[in-house]
Amino acid sequence: MSGDAGRPGAGGPEIESPETAVPEAAKPATPETEGLEIRGLEVRYGPVRALRGVDLTVPRGAVAAVLGANGAGKTTLLRAVSGTLRFHRGAITAGTITFGGARVDGAPAAEVVRRGVVQVPEGRRVFARMTVAENLRAGALAVPGRRAAAARERVLELFPVLAERAHQRAGLLSGGEQQMLAIGRALMAGPSLLLLDEPTLGLAPMMAARIADTVRRINAQGTSVLLVEQNAAMALALAERAYVLEVGELALSGPAAELAASDEVRRRYLGVGAPDTDRPVGTGLEERAERTRPARWTA
Amino acid sequence: MAVFLELLVNGISVGAVYALIALGFVVIFKATEVVNFTHASLLLAGGYVIARLHPLVGFWAALAAGIAAAALVGALVEFLILRRAHVGSRGVLAIVTIGVDILLTTELTRQIGTEVLALGDPWGDRVLRLGPVTVAETRVVALAVAAALIAAFLLAFKFTGWGVAMRATAEDAETAALMGVRLGRVSLGAWAVAGALAAVAALFLCVFPTPGLDRGTTAAAMKAFPAAILGGLDSTTGALAGGLIVGVTETLISGYQSELAFLGRGIGDAAPFLVMIVILLLRPSGLFGTKEPVRV
Repeated sequence: MSGDAGRPGAGGPEIESPETAVPEAAKPATPETEGLEIRGLEVRYGPVRALRGVDLTVPRGAVAAVLGANGAGKTTLLRAVSGTLRFHRGAITAGTITFGGARVDGAPAAEVVRRGVVQVPEGRRVFARMTVAENLRAGALAVPGRRAAAARERVLELFPVLAERAHQRAGLLSGGEQQMLAIGRALMAGPSLLLLDEPTLGLAPMMAARIADTVRRINAQGTSVLLVEQNAAMALALAERAYVLEVGELALSGPAAELAASDEVRRRYLGVGAPDTDRPVGTGLEERAERTRPARWTA
Repeated sequence: MAVFLELLVNGISVGAVYALIALGFVVIFKATEVVNFTHASLLLAGGYVIARLHPLVGFWAALAAGIAAAALVGALVEFLILRRAHVGSRGVLAIVTIGVDILLTTELTRQIGTEVLALGDPWGDRVLRLGPVTVAETRVVALAVAAALIAAFLLAFKFTGWGVAMRATAEDAETAALMGVRLGRVSLGAWAVAGALAAVAALFLCVFPTPGLDRGTTAAAMKAFPAAILGGLDSTTGALAGGLIVGVTETLISGYQSELAFLGRGIGDAAPFLVMIVILLLRPSGLFGTKEPVRV
């Protein structure tokens, strides 16, 4: 750590080194934490280790944010939860992922969806050749017809523009509309936990704000959210708890409000304060050797 | 004029059978984006089972067994070979299907030997006379069955969950999995359906006026390949249009062979491939193939 950010009392919550911090795995499970629990997660793409020893919790009904630069392992974390690592020749090599008390690590993506965890992939990835209505129908393939009809009603209430564009090809929608469709499509499965991968990427500020508001409304309706986002200000405003990944390791974690107030997070992720000249940001796996040991905020 | 009309009607009915085979290509391509060269041997397998069983159990039971057998062979090819072939490129998977086709065809033609096997259909060599036009009953039945099956698939792709899952998988398998689509089931189902369609096509390729099932049947089946390509490999409507174009072209050119002698012998067999090349030069995605929508 550089500057004051690594010392207790500097710019926000008290910091402990990883050695003295209470590991989340050791904490007793409570009803609050019966959501998503990731313990000691390690992921590899062949010989490349993309995640190491990651602990993360998303309690039921909560919003958690994962911040980090490109190559930090944010998308890999979501792939590990949603069961899509195999599409990228990746695999979980250590650790566990549980949701609602049941293990989901190693489960195929379709099974993870049936357990209530649905991911909105980065870059929207709507089915461009299909209409908006067909995209929504694709999102409901894992649920019975009656539930699908109710979910469709909820989605169209959330995104009225999708009803107007129902018969238009999804590939012809604007970026913002495509993001709404991607989120709406995921909601069609009636998820208990929504994984959002960079939902505001490439969107105009006004549309990004609208997406943020939508995430709030989705959460208010009872869906937990794990939000991966480079727009740290937005993510920290939305989340109750936040995690910072750096080159595959958890560098910081704690209540989002406290992280937002900390000097290091403000300087490195919110672009406020003096630049950190000691350590480059977002330099990817290859610079792992240059990193210092990560510190952890204790909540 | 009567000759032309007769050739046209026959061409349409042969084309309907090619369309059925092309539909098998399309179903697999829609679900997996793999070009399936095993199709001709699935067709031969279905036809062979019908031919061997009809003297024992009667035509309709043999037909049902042939359809089930071809569906099973298709499902087994997917489950035992393609699912386990962990290759990144779909082009490589297409080559794997060529290898499987050679293996299956070699064994089936060894079983058939030099025989010409009858399929025991109930229509025999009866013909219908519609004014000046004479057409085999088998051709009329083929046209009706093919039209009904193609219409059913068109509707299924558009309106059923199975169809939506197949189209979603073809477009983006990872995202389809994120929607809860079980990719293995989609792929297995597509291969089984394609096998069943191939067996139905085998029946109509091998009944009157064709003498029966023999080693050359696979060559006839491969004419459906240009039909699928020129129609657009991911289009059900394209399979129908492509089949009809190939059937009518082949029948007309073969029928007017003497007038077209300057083009050389065998031009009827080559014509579907020439038409395919011309259409692909004009429309690279085929007549009805999907172009990626691009927002400008």
